[in-house]
Amino acid sequence: MSEYVFLYRGGEAGRSPERVQQSMQKWMAWFKELGQKGHIKDQGQPLERAGKLVKGKQKTVTDGPFAEAKDVVGGYTLIEARDLDQAVELSKGCPILEVDGGVEVRPVMKLNM
Amino acid sequence: MELSEHLFRHEAGRMVATLTRIFGTQNLALAEDVVQDAFCRAFEVWKLRGVPENPSAWLMATAKNRAIDALRRERTARTFEPELSRLIQSEWTLAPAVEELFAANAIKDDLLRMMFSCCHPRLPEEAQVALMLNILCGFSVDEVAGAFVSTHAAIEKRISRAKKVLAGSRKLFDLSGHFEFSSRLPAVLCALYLLFNEGYHGASPESAVRVDLCHEAMRLSVVLLEHPLGATPATYALAALMNLHAARLPARTDASGNLNSLFDQDRSRWDSNLVAEGQRLLDLSSTGPDLTEYHLEAAIAWVHATATSAEETDWKRIVSLYEMLMRIRPSPVVALNRAIAVGQHEGPARGLEEIHAIVELDRLVNYPFYFAALGEFEFRSGAYDISQQQFRKALALARNPMEREFLQKRIRACEQADALASPVSVNKRA
Repeated sequence: MSEYVFLYRGGEAGRSPERVQQSMQKWMAWFKELGQKGHIKDQGQPLERAGKLVKGKQKTVTDGPFAEAKDVVGGYTLIEARDLDQAVELSKGCPILEVDGGVEVRPVMKLNM
Repeated sequence: MELSEHLFRHEAGRMVATLTRIFGTQNLALAEDVVQDAFCRAFEVWKLRGVPENPSAWLMATAKNRAIDALRRERTARTFEPELSRLIQSEWTLAPAVEELFAANAIKDDLLRMMFSCCHPRLPEEAQVALMLNILCGFSVDEVAGAFVSTHAAIEKRISRAKKVLAGSRKLFDLSGHFEFSSRLPAVLCALYLLFNEGYHGASPESAVRVDLCHEAMRLSVVLLEHPLGATPATYALAALMNLHAARLPARTDASGNLNSLFDQDRSRWDSNLVAEGQRLLDLSSTGPDLTEYHLEAAIAWVHATATSAEETDWKRIVSLYEMLMRIRPSPVVALNRAIAVGQHEGPARGLEEIHAIVELDRLVNYPFYFAALGEFEFRSGAYDISQQQFRKALALARNPMEREFLQKRIRACEQADALASPVSVNKRA
């Protein structure tokens, strides 16, 4: 098994309370399934949408967000999968895809030290 | 931890009500933004970390922090209550002031305050109901439009106009004035009644929407009953009426969503818990001298709910209850219902006679159930031809696929009955 990070980009919960609830229920169901199949290494953390960007030798500090709203990373999860193909397959169940969001699937580098 | 059903909808009402009390009705939009913000935050956090032990408290605490941010940000740009304006000028007093305004005791009646505020006398009834759905029940404009089978634009206009009226009142309704409370209460009961009816008889084709509306009306009536001034005989009667009607909801549609008339319903599917609760509330309503339309309608619903079949129903009693209702609140629809009960009790010919004798009959010409009732009694009199014509008129007025399917079924029954009867007439002609 190898480790992969899912980065959740963009997506919106929906404007009405009932839509928020429905999206939430889909996320819960998705994680439950991933968990039952033993793919979740760490369910991860949500990230604040705003922050600071420190850049260059000048160490200039600018206010985030650093990307357009649709590309902002809202959180991550650490996944265990056989290979990249399987990790990608697993990401296709993510409810963020239904609300114009995306999942970035990144293999964690294996270190032989 | 699982999410309870409609958690966000219900919390939305409570949170917007509390924030509006704090910010003032002129800042309702700010209150709604803060709630929206808190929901986004809950969504981001809960989806990854799971639903917390006490989701309601989590949401309210988040709203409180967001409210502090909003007050800090907006303290110079907006007008708040003079007292609040003073407290939020200084960082020393801002957080403690908000903390106090969010104390459990202060929040307690906010939903009720907002409920009364939505029933502002300057608002037409349909605007009151739309406003309640939007603010107290957390329905978006699209969801309200779906419930009323209206357009987004029309409902948005209705709600934004109503919100302007609400903003003009500056403060939420003050529950401490006995006189003001009692004089606004009938309007609140009426709005809840309309909300329930919209779910029960309304035009929305989706049965899920209809059931939701009924449940929202019942939830709000419980809030009203929990307040000492709200728990009047009329409120009990209204709540009884809702429970007794809601008991029949599971049998009103079959597995494929088709409407079943009272006569065809599988009564074993009626919810006996709701019947019992309705009966309990009806008992509680029968104190004092007041006999309201809700008492009478609840009594009628009770007779239906406790009858083993349409035939075994005490139609005579129902006729007399409708007659009392006609005296309190005369309307062509009540008269039609009375006529139908007479027809059940004394036969279809009498039913037809009573329908034709209704005063202001012309006000029923757009009401599909008027023609459906005529069709039904003509059918039972054996006049399948006329019956079919009446059902066709009803069909032309039907408001959703469920009603249309129901009426088409009746039309087919007319055709079949006619075909069975026709060999006789063919023979006669030959």
